[in-house]
Amino acid sequence: MDLTTTYLGMKLKNPVVPSAGPISQEVSSIKALEDAGAGAVVLYSLFEEQIEQESLANFHYTTMHNESHPESTTFFPEYVEYKSGPDEYLELIRKAKEATDIPIIASLNGASLGGWVKYAHNMEEAGADALELNIYKIATDFNTNGREIEQLYIDIVKEVKKNIKIPLAVKLSPFFSSTAWMADQLDRAGADGLVLFNRFYQPDIDLENLEVVPNVLLSTPMAMRLPLRWIGILYGRVECDLAATSGIYSEKDVIKTIMVGAKVTQMMSSILKFGPNHISDVLAKIRFWMEANEYNSISDMRGSMSYMNVGDPSQYERANYMKVISSVKL
Amino acid sequence: MDRKKVTIDGNEAAAYVAFHTNEVIAIYPITPSSNMAEWCDAWAAENKTNIWGNTPSISELQSEGGASGSVHGALQTGSLTTTFTASQGLLLMIPNMFKIAGELTSTVFHVSARSVAASALSIFGDHSDVMATRSTGWGLLSSNSVQEVMDFALIAQAATLEARVPFIHFFDGFRTSHEVAKIEQLTTSDMKAMIDQELVFAHRKRALTPDNPFVRGTAQNPDVYFQGRETVNPFYIAAPDIVQKQMDKFAELTGRQYHLFDYFGAPDAEKVIVLMGSGAEAVEETVEYLTEKGEKVGVLKVRLYRPFSLKHFINALPKTVKVIGVLDRTKEPGASGEPLYLDVVNAITETFNDGELPFDFPKIYGGRYGLSSKEFTPAMIKAVYDELGKPKPKKHFTIGIKEDVTNSSIDFDPSFSVENPDTFKGKFYGLGADGTVGANKNSIKIIGEGTDFHAQGYFVYDSKKSGSMTISHLRFGPKKIKASYLINRANFVACHQTVFLETTDMLRDAVEGAAFLLNTPASKEEVWDTLPEKVQRDLIDKKMKLFIIDAYKVANETGMGGRINSIMQTCFFAISKILPKDTAIDMIKKAIQKTYGSKGEKIVQMNFDSVDKTLDNLYEVEVPSEITSKYNIREAVPADAPDFIRNVTGQIIAGFGDDVPVSAMPIDGTFPSGTTKYEKRNIALEVPVWDSEICIQCNKCVLICPHSSIRAKIYKPDELDKAPATFKSMPYKSKEHGENLLYSLQVAVEDCTGCGLCVEFCPVKNKREVRLKAINMEPQLPIRETERVNWDFFLNIPEWDRTDIKPNSVKDSQFMEPLFEFSGACSGCGETPYVKLVSQLYGDRAIIANATGCSSIYGGNLPTTPWTKNKEGRGPAWSNSLFEDNAEFGFGFKLSVDQFNEQACNLLVKLREKIGADLVDALLNADQKDEMGIIEQRGRVAELRAKLDELQAAAKDEDEKFDYLNLASIADYLVKKSVWIMGGDGWAYDIGYGGLDHVLASGKNVNVLVLDTEVYSNTGGQASKSTPRAAVAKFAAAGKPAAKKDLAMMAMSYGNVYVAKVAMGANDAHTVRAFIEAEAYDGPSLIIAYSHCIAHGIDMGTATRNQKAAVDSGYWQLFRYNPDLVEQGKNPFVLDSKGLKIPVKDFAYMETRFRMLTKTHPEAAAKLMDEAQEDVQSRWKLYENMASMPGSSNS
Repeated sequence: MDLTTTYLGMKLKNPVVPSAGPISQEVSSIKALEDAGAGAVVLYSLFEEQIEQESLANFHYTTMHNESHPESTTFFPEYVEYKSGPDEYLELIRKAKEATDIPIIASLNGASLGGWVKYAHNMEEAGADALELNIYKIATDFNTNGREIEQLYIDIVKEVKKNIKIPLAVKLSPFFSSTAWMADQLDRAGADGLVLFNRFYQPDIDLENLEVVPNVLLSTPMAMRLPLRWIGILYGRVECDLAATSGIYSEKDVIKTIMVGAKVTQMMSSILKFGPNHISDVLAKIRFWMEANEYNSISDMRGSMSYMNVGDPSQYERANYMKVISSVKL
Repeated sequence: MDRKKVTIDGNEAAAYVAFHTNEVIAIYPITPSSNMAEWCDAWAAENKTNIWGNTPSISELQSEGGASGSVHGALQTGSLTTTFTASQGLLLMIPNMFKIAGELTSTVFHVSARSVAASALSIFGDHSDVMATRSTGWGLLSSNSVQEVMDFALIAQAATLEARVPFIHFFDGFRTSHEVAKIEQLTTSDMKAMIDQELVFAHRKRALTPDNPFVRGTAQNPDVYFQGRETVNPFYIAAPDIVQKQMDKFAELTGRQYHLFDYFGAPDAEKVIVLMGSGAEAVEETVEYLTEKGEKVGVLKVRLYRPFSLKHFINALPKTVKVIGVLDRTKEPGASGEPLYLDVVNAITETFNDGELPFDFPKIYGGRYGLSSKEFTPAMIKAVYDELGKPKPKKHFTIGIKEDVTNSSIDFDPSFSVENPDTFKGKFYGLGADGTVGANKNSIKIIGEGTDFHAQGYFVYDSKKSGSMTISHLRFGPKKIKASYLINRANFVACHQTVFLETTDMLRDAVEGAAFLLNTPASKEEVWDTLPEKVQRDLIDKKMKLFIIDAYKVANETGMGGRINSIMQTCFFAISKILPKDTAIDMIKKAIQKTYGSKGEKIVQMNFDSVDKTLDNLYEVEVPSEITSKYNIREAVPADAPDFIRNVTGQIIAGFGDDVPVSAMPIDGTFPSGTTKYEKRNIALEVPVWDSEICIQCNKCVLICPHSSIRAKIYKPDELDKAPATFKSMPYKSKEHGENLLYSLQVAVEDCTGCGLCVEFCPVKNKREVRLKAINMEPQLPIRETERVNWDFFLNIPEWDRTDIKPNSVKDSQFMEPLFEFSGACSGCGETPYVKLVSQLYGDRAIIANATGCSSIYGGNLPTTPWTKNKEGRGPAWSNSLFEDNAEFGFGFKLSVDQFNEQACNLLVKLREKIGADLVDALLNADQKDEMGIIEQRGRVAELRAKLDELQAAAKDEDEKFDYLNLASIADYLVKKSVWIMGGDGWAYDIGYGGLDHVLASGKNVNVLVLDTEVYSNTGGQASKSTPRAAVAKFAAAGKPAAKKDLAMMAMSYGNVYVAKVAMGANDAHTVRAFIEAEAYDGPSLIIAYSHCIAHGIDMGTATRNQKAAVDSGYWQLFRYNPDLVEQGKNPFVLDSKGLKIPVKDFAYMETRFRMLTKTHPEAAAKLMDEAQEDVQSRWKLYENMASMPGSSNS
C-alpha cells in the first residue's frame, strides 16, 4: 500500500500533515506527531504582529519614560545583545529538524507588505524545509477596493519568494471574488503550493462585560466542503500543489480531499480534540479503506473526482445548489 | 598610538576603567553615581572582560554600608575591588573606609560628588560628600572633565596599588558625571601598561587565607593603639610622589601630562584662584580670556587633594602671586573656613614658617561657589578676580547667589562672557517622552565621532516625573570646550513642544541672528500670530531666523507616534549646517541603525522614513517687522497667590530660582503645605469628562486617580444657586446621607496628567455605545476655561460632614477631601492612589515619615509640594529624613506623640480640680475610634484651651501658671494622631529593612505603608529584594534569579503586627478595608501595596489590568493578618483573593520587565519563569494552609 505523496517538491511518507496550530509549539509535541505517523508538520504560525508589533512595543515601553527625570534617565538595562525578532521560533525550527526526520514546514502569517517578510529568510536559514505563508487580510478599509487587496497578496508572495530558495506554499482565504483567478495569480507569482483555506478567527461578544473578544472555535467537519469544492475546481488547472485544510476529521475526509486533487491534507482541530494518535488512527483507516476499495496508491486516487475528471463539472458550480433543492423530497 | 574617540559621559568613562581594572565590584544605586554600576552590570551580563580576561563579579548589596562592607571583605581576601557612590551613600561607607585605609589596602572608589542632605536633599553636584571623608585617611583625586575622569580613574588605580593608600576618585555630580563629551578612550594596552602586575600579586599576597593564616582587625588598648595609627605615616608621605610618578607614566603613554597641582595662567600672575572639580575648567577658560587682555591672573587646579602635598602645592604657584582666592564647593557651617581654603592657608603658613616660601606671604581669601550644581560662570569668575583685586576683599565670600542676610555674596555682571564665537551653542527644549535628549545625545555622537569638532552635551531636567521639560545644552566647535556651565548665549534655540511657548521664555538667551526652530501645527502663514508677544519681540529685536515644522504630523505619517526625535534632529542639522546636508542625513541614519538596529527593523525603517520626510516639511518663515500677538507668556502662579508663593515658588516655577535671594528662603527647610494647587501645569492633552447620564456614583475613578484631579461631592441643592452654566450635577442615588441630595464629579483639568486610569477603572459602559464609559477622555484645550471655573466652584461646595461618612466603603471614603493633590508623580502612578487614600482617611491628624525615593520626590521636591491642608487648617505633617532610617524616623514621631500625650494626661490628672472633673474625665476617657470621637475630642481640647487661658490669666503662682502653659502647648496630643511611615520597596526590603523590622517588633502603634513597585523606581529601576524572579531590572540584567522576599510573612512571624497585602487595581474594597483595619489596630501595622510603575514597562493607563492579573495568577496574594482576631478566638489570617486562576506567565508577559528577558536571555527566561510559577504555587499553598487553620490553634 503506497501512501506516499509529494508536496512542494518534497516526498512525504503519507498525505496527513498537521496544520499550523498550537500543538507544534514544543519539540516534544512535534516529535509525538511524527511518531503518530505525520507525513510532515506545519509549525504554528509566526505572526507579522509578533515580529513587528512586539519589537515596537518592547521598544516603546523600555524607552517611553527615558530622559524625563535627572535621577532616572532610563529604566531598563542597556543590552547590546537583543533579539528583536522572535528567535525562539527559529530555535524551534532548528530543534524540530534535529529531533525529527520528516519535513518541517515553517509558517509565516501576515497581512501587509513590510520588513517582516524578510523573516522568511531566517526560517530558511534555521533549516525549514518549506514555508507556508498565511496571508490574513481583513479588508475593513472602505477606500480599498478588491483589486488592491488581491494585488497585495500577490506582492507579498513575490516579496517572500525573493527571500527564500525553499518551496513556498500560500494559505489563502476563501473570500475572493474570483478564487480561480486569484489562485492562478498566486501560482504565477511563484507559489509552489496553495493551502485551501485558512480559517479566520471570528470575534465573539462577551455579554457580561460588553466586550468584543477573540474566541477560538475548533473547525467542524462541515468546514471541509469549501476546500473540497475549490481543490476540485483548481486541480490540474494550476501548476502548483494543492493542500486541503479545515474541518478534516476522518479518513474519509482525507480520501475525499485527495480524490478532488489535494497533495496533502492538513488537520488540526481533530488532533487537538483526539490527540496526536488520531493521525495513526486515520492512517490505519485509510489503508483499510484503500484495501477494501482496491486502491494501491494515493496517487491513483488523486484528482479522480476533480472538476476536470468528474463527469459533470456542474456539480462544482452553482447548479449544484439547485440540485440539492430538487433532491429534497417535500 | 591612534586611540578611539568616543562620545560618552563621565560615569561611563569611570565605569570603563573600573570594570577593566577590577575583579570584584559591589554596588548600590544612588544618584548621580548609579549609572557607573549599571554600566558594569550590563557589561558583565554580556560577559565582557577586564584586562586579565575575566568578567568581574558584580553584586548588588542592600545599602552602601553593605556595599562597602563587601568591598572591604573582597579586598581583604585579595581581589581588586571597587564600588561607586555619592552623597549619603559615601557617608554610609565611612566606617569601612576608616578600616580599609587603616589596613593600608589598595582600592579606588569612584564618586560622582553630590550635595549631602541638610535642610533639604539635593541630588546635584558639590563636594560636601567627599569633604566629609577627609579624616578617613583616603587619598582624594579630583577630575575636572570627562576626559580626566577616564584618565584619573586609571592613574588612581595604578597609584593605589603602589602607595597602598586607598583613593576616592571624584568628579562633579551631573556636571561631569552626566556631561557627554568627546574624549580619547584608553586602550586595554594602556590599562595593562599602567597596572603593575607585581603590585597586583603583592596585593593578593597580603590577603587573608587559611593557607597562610594571620589575624587582622584586632582590638587594641591605650598602650599601643596610638602607635599603631602612626605606622602609616611613611605611606602618606610617599603617596603624592607616587601619584605624580603614575601621572608621568601616563603622560608617556598618552601625551596627556597631569600634575598634582596644575597651574594655568599668566607666568607673572598676581591673582590666583585655587579650586578643584569642573569649575576649574571654566576658570581656565576665563583666565585664557583675561590674560589675553593683559590681566595678571591664573588658576591652580588641585588634582590630588589628599594626601595634600605642601611641596608640590607651593612649587606650582607662580612666584609673583600676591592674592590667592580659594574656592570651595562645599559648606562647613561654623568652621573658620572651608576645607580647601584651610589647607591652602596652612600650606602657605607652614612653608613660610620653615622659611621656604618662594614669594611674599600672599593674602588668602576663601569663598564658596556652586553648591548643588549652582551655575559657576565666567561672569562669576571674573567677579572673584575683581574682588581679589580690591584693597579689602570680602572674606568667606559666596559667588553665584544673592546672599543678602550676612551679605557675603559678590555681585557679578551676568552679561560678561568669554565663550568662543566659533563654538556652536544650541539649546533644545523638549519633553521627557518626546526623545529630545536621546536625539541630542545622538547628535553629539554624530558630530563628535564624525568630525574633528569638539563636542559637549549637558541636559537639564525639571523636577516633575510627569510632563517634565528637558533642556539640552549642546556645544560644538574647533576649539577644546572648557565651558562647564549652561549655555546662556545660544545661537540656536529649538522648541520641540508648542505648549512651551505659553510657559517658558526660551529666547531669553538667544543672541542676535540666532535661529529659532519651532515644532508647531500652525502653517507658515499662520504661525506668527500664534507666538506670544515676548517671542515675537525677541525674534524682531534680535534679528533672528524662524524655522517651523509640524513634527507630529511627520511622526504620525511615518508611524513614529509621539516620538519626534529623529525629525527634530534632522531639522537641527539642516538649519545649523554643521555638516553638509547629505553627510548629515547619512550620519543620522547610521546613528539610527546603530541605536535601534538591535531593537527591530521596523523601528529603524520608521525612523528612516521620518528623516526622509522631514526636509519637505521644514520651512523658514520670514520674520515680520511688527508685533501682532494678543497674549504673553503666562504668569507662573496666580496673582492672588500668597506672598511666598509669588516671590519664591513662582520664581522657581518660572525658571528664575537662581535669582531668589537668601533672605527669601526658609532658614530651616520648612515650607508651607499645599502649593501644587498654584502650579497649573496643563500637561494633559486629553482629560476625563464625566457622563452623568450613566454614572452609577461608585467613586472608583476618584479613588484610582493618582493626582487627586477627580473629586466627588454630595451636597444640598441650594449649593447650586450660583453654579456656572456648564457645571454638572445629578441627584444622589443613595438615601444614606439624606433625601434630595445632589452629586457632582469634577475634574481639575489643569492638574490632570491625562493618564486615563479613571476611564479604565470605571465599571460602567454606555449601553448604546460600549466604547464609552461614565467618564471619557476628551481634548483638554476646548474645555480648559469652563472647567477651570467649574473646578473653582466645586471647591467652594462644602465638604460633607466626615462624621456622616462611612469610610470603609470605597464610595463613601471618596467623599473625604484628599490632602495630597497634584503631585509631580508619573502620569498613571501606582503609588499615589494609596498615599492619597491615607490623606483622605487620616490626613487631618497624620504625621508622616517618608523614606527617600519616588514618594519623597513627588511628595517634597520644589518648586511645589502636594501635601496640603483642609479648611480648618489641619493636614498631614510630612517629612523626609533619609533613605535608610525611615522606620526609625517615624518611630521617633511616635515616641514624641506618646510622650506628649502622656504628659498631657498626667497634667490633666494633676489639674483635674482646677480644669473641672467632667471635662478632664471626658478628655481622658474619650473614645477616639471613629471620626465622631475625634471631632468630639477636638471640641473638648478647644474647651480645655479656653479654660487654660482663663486659669492661666488668673493664676498667681508661677508653678501653677507653668502647668497651664505647659498643658496648652501639648493639649493637641490629647487628640489621637496617626503616625504613618511610608516608602518604597528599596527602603522597606533592602536598605531600611533592619530598622523596619525593629520598629515592627517594638509593638508601637505606627502604620507602615510600603509602596511596592518591586524596583528602585526613583533611581531608574534597579533590582531590590522585592523584584520578582524572572524579571529584568538594572543590576539584574540577566533576570532576577531569586524569588521576591516575602516581607509580609516575616512581619507576621511576630504575631502582634497587623499585616495586609493589597492591590487597589485588583480589589479596591479590600484596600480600603485593610487601611482602616491597619490604622485601627493598636499596634504596628504593615501594608504592602502593589504599585504598578513605569519601570515595569507597561501601559500606565490600563495598569489596573496588570494588578488584576497579578492577583489572579496568585503572584500577588491579597490577605489581611489581624492580631485582634486572635483575641476573638479566630484565625488572624484571612486570604482574600482567589489565586492560581491564570498561569504566572499570563500576568508576567503583559509586562516588558518580564518579556525583555525572553529577548535577551531566552533560555534563562524559560527556566526562571518555570521557577516563578513554582514560587507562586508553593507560597499560595502555604497561605491557603494558614488561612485554613482553626482560630484556636493560632490563639
